[in-house]
Formats: sequence, C-alpha cells, structure tokens
Amino acid sequence: MTARASHRWTRKHLLGLEDLSAEEIRYALDTADSFKEVSTRSVKKVPALRGRVVVNLFFEDSTRTRTSFALAAQRLSADIIDFSAKTSSVQKGETLIDTARNIEAMGIDIIVVRHPAGGAAELLSRHVKCSVVNAGDGAHEHPTQGLLDLYTIRERFGKIAGLKVAIVGDIVNSRVARSDLWGLRKLGAEVILVGPPTLLPRSFEQLGARVVYDFDEVVGEVDVLNMLRVQFERIKTSQFPSVREFTRLFGLTGDRFRRCKKDVFVMHPGPMNRGIEISSEIADGPQSGILTQVTNGLAVRMAALFLVTHGSGG
Amino acid sequence: MRTQYDESDVKRVLEHLEARIAAVFPPEKPLCVIGVRTRGETLAHRLIEMLKRRGFGEIRHGVLDITMYRDDLSEIGPKPMVRPTRVDFDIGGIPLLLVDDVLFTGRSIRAALNALVDLGRPSVIRLAVLVDRGGRELPIQADYAGLALNDVPADHRVNVHLVEVDGVDDILVEPRGESE
Repeated sequence: MTARASHRWTRKHLLGLEDLSAEEIRYALDTADSFKEVSTRSVKKVPALRGRVVVNLFFEDSTRTRTSFALAAQRLSADIIDFSAKTSSVQKGETLIDTARNIEAMGIDIIVVRHPAGGAAELLSRHVKCSVVNAGDGAHEHPTQGLLDLYTIRERFGKIAGLKVAIVGDIVNSRVARSDLWGLRKLGAEVILVGPPTLLPRSFEQLGARVVYDFDEVVGEVDVLNMLRVQFERIKTSQFPSVREFTRLFGLTGDRFRRCKKDVFVMHPGPMNRGIEISSEIADGPQSGILTQVTNGLAVRMAALFLVTHGSGG
Repeated sequence: MRTQYDESDVKRVLEHLEARIAAVFPPEKPLCVIGVRTRGETLAHRLIEMLKRRGFGEIRHGVLDITMYRDDLSEIGPKPMVRPTRVDFDIGGIPLLLVDDVLFTGRSIRAALNALVDLGRPSVIRLAVLVDRGGRELPIQADYAGLALNDVPADHRVNVHLVEVDGVDDILVEPRGESE
C-alpha cells in the first residue's frame, strides 16, 4: 500500500486550530468529507474505532456538541461514556486532572473535554496518556466547531480563500470566534469581526482580523455571516446595555439582510436566541446553513476522533 | 531480485483478465463493478470500458475506500488518508465484481467485504485482481487473476503502476525498501 497523501496527520490531540497548519486543517476537512458519506448509508456505522472507548467529560452544559461527539463515536463503533461534572465527584472537590486520571485508569482511549477555563484541554493533554479532544475551553478555542464551520463554508462555496467572512456579536467571550478566526485566516479568508467595543477589543486586529464596530458598514460586502450567540451567562452587565439595543445595532434583522449580498451564507453555532442576534425568518430561510452546520459537525467529529486515535506523537 | 513487467505485459494481463470475466457474466444482465481505492478504481474503469466494447450494456460503477475497515491501522504507521466511498446505487440483488490491483495477505479484501456488506447484499461477489502474488493470511482467493506469481519471496513487494495514477503502466517485483 502506498500512501498517496503528501502530508500526514501525526497529532495525538486536537486542542485548537491555532496550533494547526493550513495543511493539517485541510487534511482534517478532507477526512471529514470521507466520513460524511457514512451518514448517508442505510448502515450508518463503520468499524474504524471498534473496541476503543471515548469519554465525554463535560464541565459545562452542552446539548449539541455532546450529542454530536457521542453519535460520532458510535458511528465509528467506539464505546462512549458520558461523564457530567454536575453528577460527579467534581462536586465533591476533585480537580480536573484527578478526575481525568481516574477516568483514564478505566482504560479510556480518548477524552473529549469541555471546561469553563481556557487552556483546560491543553493542561489535561499534558497529564494523561490518552488522546484529548477539546470540545470548548473557556473563551479560548472550540476546534471542532471551527472545523465544521470551515467545512460548511468550503462545501457551500467550493473554496475558502478569498471569501469575506464576518463574525458578529459577542467576540470576546467566544471560543467559536477564535477557532473560526484561526482557521479562516490560515486558509486564506478575510475575517471581519463585528461587535460593540465592550465585546470586541481592538487587539483582535493583531490576529489578522479587521475589527468593525458598525455592522451596517460591512453588511453589504461579506460572503458569509456567522452570527454568534449572545452568551448571557458570560456577559457582565456593564458590557451590554440592553438586548433591544444589541439587536438594533448587531442583530441580523430582515432589514439588514436585504442589504446583504444576494448569495450571502448565514451561519450560527447555536443555540440561537431567536429575535436577538438573528431573526427567525433568516435562520429558517434558504440562505441559512445552520442545520447543515449541525450535520457537518457529525462528520467533522468522526474525523477528529479517527485522526487523534491513529496520530503517532504529541 | 527485481522483475519488471512493462506496458505491453500489463495490457496483455488486463486483456486476459477481462476475457475471463466476460466469459462468466452475461452481457445483457446488470453488473456492478467496484474498485478498491486507489489502483483498483483505475483498473475497474479500464475493465468497464473493455466490457462495454464487448457489448455489456448495464454496468454500474463504484469506488470503495477500505481505510475505515482495516484491522492494521495501528501497525502501518501514519495512516493513509481516508477518502470517500462512492457507491451511489443499491448493490442489492445483482452480481458484484470487486476489483483490486494486487492480492497478497487477503486483509484488504477482508476489509472490502466488510465494507460491501454494510452497503447491501449483492447476489454474488466475485473478486478480480490484476496480480495474485500468494502469501495469504486469510482464507480468501481471487476468482479471476490476470497474472499469478507463485514464488515471490515474502520480503519482496509487488507494485502495480498505472498511467492514470503513476504516469506509467508496469508491474514491479522488487525487494522491500528499494524504491519509494
């Protein structure tokens, strides 16, 4: 057997898109492409990870990411254990690393971790022998969301380089924004970050993004609009005047949508606050990729679990 | 020891293989030809063209990627790229010809059979390979082989190269590690 791919995946962990090269990101997206086909079959299962055990270690609430990883693991024939911090000894004061090591001692191959602290996944990866997949660490990164956004954009436009992508809303609290920004920049897209100054520091310009405080200034020029969720649970009141004002200035309303490019592609990482950052008609409309994102998320997570399992080194 | 079969040999071997297949399957009945990536896919394309010229009317064509079904992923170092399987039709109830370039241990074909079973239930599955080099580790045999090499030492590899993929048609038998 000759390996034809010129580049290879050698990583044992998936911690963020900041660390990945453009080639590695493309490799992951191409792998996801292959796994997407599995979900179209009548038997939606392949034996690639048979006998492996994946644990969902979630220290924060999540519905779709957790379910998506669980289904991805099952479609690869792995066993999946759900470990929710709310019902565990974490409540009794156990630390992240102790918890993870205890779980690992049961013979786990991959830990999928979500944690409110940025850097938690990376910390974990240094203390366990198994693979670690970051499912969101604080406001730091959410690499599988980043990959699925890239995948969905690439699927829609056939390319990523040269596109103008606006990420709109609460940028500073958003790990999705950071992972998207890294991935999009590496693959050659132009990224415009849009939000109120309290939720969008100028310093994001240093990461290669254009920072804009007036949504209307860019609404007519972008190919993709990624409307972030207003994370009420993370926002301090001083950062945020009122919901109504936010919607007026930064929501994707019908009026704003009419000023967009005709083929603008609308995305949202979910869960949506309908009527706040995005109007329902647009979210459910023909230019919305929101449910496609969820479908593609499954293929991307299958690829992520597959790649880290067979990656060779640190 | 290094042996090379050149372009004309490959042509002859492929014609021999195609003739054996054509003698078995009725040309007026549907047939499904599925190649195992990468070179099995190319060989399947060539066989289909030849069969069509012979009057085979209804040939469906698919490509199988067996990476997700392999049992040796942890042993082959950095794993090969997983690429999509493309079988856009129901394989149930009709004869299926599985095509690969080299039959060696039989493990790839084992994986391919598992993959096919997940896609449906063909009336029969037959295996056609360009080269059977012996050395089986599983009870799997080819139904049609273009070229049978019985005395290839275990430390030699048999590589099939095809114009569409490699820019040249040949079959190389050589000690492992000599090229690539």
